[in-house]
Amino acid sequence: MSAARAEILARVRAAIAPTGSSAPEVPRGYRTRTDDGLETFIDRLHHYGAHTERVGERHLAAAVRDTLELRGVRRLVVPDGIPEEWTGRVEPLTDEPPLDFEMLDLSNGAITTCAVAIAQTGTIVLDGSAGMGRRALSLVPDYLLCIVRAGQIVSSVPEAIARLDPVRPLTFISGPSATVDIEMVRIAGVHGPRRLDVIVVD
Amino acid sequence: MRVALFTTCLVDALFPDAGRATVRLLERLGQAIEFPLKQTCCGQMHANSGYFEVDLVRRYVEVFSPYDAVVVPSSSCVGSIRHQHAMVAREAGDLTLAQRAEETGAKTYELSQFLIDVLGVEDVGAYFPHRVTYHPTCHSLRLLGVGDRPTRLLRNVRGIDLVELAHEDECCGFGGTFAVKNPDTSAAMLTDKMKAVIATEAEVLCAGDRSCLMHIGGGLERLRAGVRTLHLAEILALTESEHLAAQRSAGARP
Amino acid sequence: MVWSDDPPFPANARRAVNDAQLRRNIRAATTTIRERRSRLVDELPDWQALRDAGAAIKDDVLAHLDRYLEQFEQAATAHGAQVHWARDADEANAIVASLVEATGEKEVIKVKSMATEECGLVQALGQHGITAYETDLAELIVQLGHDRPSHILVPAIHKNRAEIREIFLKGMDDAPPGLSDDPHALADAARRHLRRKFSEAKVAISGANFAIAETGSLLVAESEGNGRMCLTLPHTLISVVGIEKLLPTFRDLEVYLQLLPRSSTGERMNPYSSMWTGVTPGDGPEDVHIVLLDNGRTSVLADELGRQALRCIRCSACLNVCPVYERTGGHAYGATYPGPIGAVLTPQLVGIEHASTLPFASSLCGYCYEVCPVKIDIPSVLVKLRRDAVRAKRHPAEDAAFAAAAAAMKGRRRWTLALRLARMMRFFRHGGPPPLSRWTSVRDLPEPPRQPFRDWWVKEHER
Repeated sequence: MSAARAEILARVRAAIAPTGSSAPEVPRGYRTRTDDGLETFIDRLHHYGAHTERVGERHLAAAVRDTLELRGVRRLVVPDGIPEEWTGRVEPLTDEPPLDFEMLDLSNGAITTCAVAIAQTGTIVLDGSAGMGRRALSLVPDYLLCIVRAGQIVSSVPEAIARLDPVRPLTFISGPSATVDIEMVRIAGVHGPRRLDVIVVD
Repeated sequence: MRVALFTTCLVDALFPDAGRATVRLLERLGQAIEFPLKQTCCGQMHANSGYFEVDLVRRYVEVFSPYDAVVVPSSSCVGSIRHQHAMVAREAGDLTLAQRAEETGAKTYELSQFLIDVLGVEDVGAYFPHRVTYHPTCHSLRLLGVGDRPTRLLRNVRGIDLVELAHEDECCGFGGTFAVKNPDTSAAMLTDKMKAVIATEAEVLCAGDRSCLMHIGGGLERLRAGVRTLHLAEILALTESEHLAAQRSAGARP
Repeated sequence: MVWSDDPPFPANARRAVNDAQLRRNIRAATTTIRERRSRLVDELPDWQALRDAGAAIKDDVLAHLDRYLEQFEQAATAHGAQVHWARDADEANAIVASLVEATGEKEVIKVKSMATEECGLVQALGQHGITAYETDLAELIVQLGHDRPSHILVPAIHKNRAEIREIFLKGMDDAPPGLSDDPHALADAARRHLRRKFSEAKVAISGANFAIAETGSLLVAESEGNGRMCLTLPHTLISVVGIEKLLPTFRDLEVYLQLLPRSSTGERMNPYSSMWTGVTPGDGPEDVHIVLLDNGRTSVLADELGRQALRCIRCSACLNVCPVYERTGGHAYGATYPGPIGAVLTPQLVGIEHASTLPFASSLCGYCYEVCPVKIDIPSVLVKLRRDAVRAKRHPAEDAAFAAAAAAMKGRRRWTLALRLARMMRFFRHGGPPPLSRWTSVRDLPEPPRQPFRDWWVKEHER
């Protein structure tokens, strides 16, 4: 095992020795932020086939409850850190003890907050902290409701990367699951949640 | 400014009309031009086939380095001169030649570049009352980035009916020895290009490379498509008085 | 890596260009993706700056690859992953097989990965009595159809919806009887087929799009959610990662997460990207392995010009714009990596004598270079590999012809004589003997002129 390691590293060193280790400085002339904001974020989500709603903080709990009712959600996967008043009448499935695949699969959906959101690409990033839970929670249920606060929306990918902790498990979500595998036509809905709703709080 | 013409081997051997048109055009625009007789070939066909001929690079550099500018009626050959000569020299271990090849390459221009960038002319005073479609060859488009220079020149031609070619940026399938090393793929690409050309109902297919035109034109001729191929220079070289004179002499024949 | 020794591209292509269904399927798909890519790339005014950065970061990685590999190993290990090293495909397959055997499992689920495809891992595991289920829709289509992938990103691009429906009906034991060829219905059938596999699997195998040296993290970009299922649900996760997949820092992702989705699927962002660092207690696999794969990469690294092929992030943009790929499809290349990138990567990975026709499978139109998000100068590398091919395999007749032409071009008198001989061409205009027939089979040769250009010039200008 370590023989392979030693040999590969020796091959690498032999290969790069003649040219030396001088690589030019990385030119970073690209934009680290853009003009994209909340409007673009919502527009991108619509483009992906997600449904969005904009509410003030005061009306958030009611908006969540209304959305869940509209989607007919009765059994909702609720990670740690989601206020009880949001979920209202639905039956909450908490992840303590951890929910197995069947339980997640039998639920009608999951709710999550996010770590950061990217306007330019309509991306929501989860990092597994409070309000999001472990990665399977936002994956197995067929419906995902995501709460994004306006202050979490950054313009660009570089701005988002700067805000994230790389050693947390990160999931970048851009719309519902999709595929282009049949004739390169983008169709929404394969293994991940087939429906995505986003409530933007500002 | 001492300007030399590098006709390319293909034009010298098979398409002298394109070379003559280039000379007539430049002389009409007041640009004196020389043709150093020691010139032969830039070596592109060899290099692209895997045979690096450093002697041909050396020959090109020796023949053309004394001039202030070199005009070439082929973007493909200019592409090779600018982007391959130095590499071939370096591969042969001749770094001095590589340096000189880069210098000579920098003052080597494809015809439309020379007309617009060096002479500053967009209207060359040509007259060509025919329906024409233009194929931007891959090396003019991507290797040299001549952009819309050729079509700017063509649009200023009096009487021309310039029609757009569908999927114009698609390769015609020539690719030098690609056409014989991969004859079936080349033929498939050629067929698609000919379909687009025929659909324009143009009488003339124009391009800045006689090589690609030899391939497309050869296919069109085989199909008896009734479309002829002309190099950009051949259209830009014609003036109305020449056109009328040609018609008069034709009409005067018994 | 290559499906037979020295795959004969011209002969393969001959069959492919006459396959009407294949031609139509590939043309339709590549046209769609080309337009989408171009629209989304044009949207970014700093695209060229992103390409410059994308190329430079990878060049930095390659110039210091030993250091970054050690750094990655150390960081990943510190976060609970076990790092293994594989010199070649056999070694990688053996490592993965023994890791799976150690779990006692006989079935594993798999995320699409070019590195494992290149190693033939699924077949190798089969020899150990382990069944690996492909979970990517296109890979599933290929697996169920006992076919081979023909595209880096969309392995079943050569199949249309009607053909996919037939493959499902024949190969999928739980295919719904009234299955239609509507892509939504097909995707739904795949969802139901794989759902049980996801719920039961204890072991998953993946590749990685990027590996971060500073943190020991891996990232997988995907669309369907099958990747997320594989990366989070099983107990054991084994990722096979080419050594060139490294990026120095997490920050560098800000470049590639912009370049990759726009270049590959023509999206602003692919639906899902998952990044993980070793083991996260309470979230995802607890037994995490990373197999770092050489398999020829260090030979590519040794070539100063060819090395740039290792910048490749497997986006497939070069395939989607390539006029040759569009006519032949991917199988004609006879190798894991088809298209322009395959034509430069395969011969370097396996040795030019084992893939000598691939560098010639291009008209050098340059479209691949124009779209490459990491600025791989594919045409220049192709030309260099053609020289290597000519040196590695002699073709006496061709060598002689090129030598004769070069000799004629090296002297004015000889050249002038050769120009006169061009008149002979008039006898072969409509049909010549081989190899001229390869030209005249579909094209006429030009009517040779009465005199070459230089004779006219001398008469007119140098009396």
